[in-house]
Amino acid sequence: MAVIGDLFLVLGGLFLFLGALGIVRMPDVFNRLQAGTKAATLGALGIIAGVFFHHPGWWAKLMIIALFVLITSPVGSSTIARAALSAGIRPWRERGEDEGEGA
Amino acid sequence: MRRFALIAVGIFIVWLALAGRLTLAEVVTGALVAAGVAALSRHHLALLDDIRLTPMLPVHLARYFWTFFIALVGANLDVARRVISPKPDIHPALVEVRTALTSDLGKLWLANSITLTPGTLSVDVVGDVLKVHWIDATPGRDMEHATRAIAEKFEARLKGFLS
Repeated sequence: MAVIGDLFLVLGGLFLFLGALGIVRMPDVFNRLQAGTKAATLGALGIIAGVFFHHPGWWAKLMIIALFVLITSPVGSSTIARAALSAGIRPWRERGEDEGEGA
Repeated sequence: MRRFALIAVGIFIVWLALAGRLTLAEVVTGALVAAGVAALSRHHLALLDDIRLTPMLPVHLARYFWTFFIALVGANLDVARRVISPKPDIHPALVEVRTALTSDLGKLWLANSITLTPGTLSVDVVGDVLKVHWIDATPGRDMEHATRAIAEKFEARLKGFLS
């Protein structure tokens, strides 16, 4: 049990690290949010799962934490993205692509 | 009344989960608190009226979460691959998706699902059109392609218990 728990903890940490790396490497706010939101969500879920295997008695509390993360994290990033768009930030585009089409 | 019951049951379950033990004192306090919170908040949670309460609700929820969980894991592997590739492999665009869901909760739920699945991030909702940032818009940027690729899978699941 403890080994499975450790495995989940490491996996969760790995995804959180990738999320952070994504925030550094992506070119604009929208792509950064993409990396940040998804990786951070699965990272958090991984760590929650890891804690569950170490302390199975906490399952109910862990479920609530997981649900909370699942609801707030997409709402937060959508809100930031919406604010960025209405503040006039245009999404980054590949070079060589013709401008003017799309939003 | 229906809204009151939904909120009260929800709060009661959360209470018991946080309490972590089923003693009489916890159950009674939890029930009182749940009733109080529900009475205070029911006028503000009109959103809950969008849920169709049927005996099939748990089945629909379970099927939704299954679809969702697979998409979430896929999303992470996808983003992880893009993040660690030497030159970020992205072809982003803002696309528009038309949803068949009409209720506010339905659209909210769909938008959140979209945000947590591969390469898509909901940016805005206007009427029945969702604006979505798509990290790899190679399948096509027009509304039909985008709707099919991004929204339909979840819509089919959500329609079971939301309008």
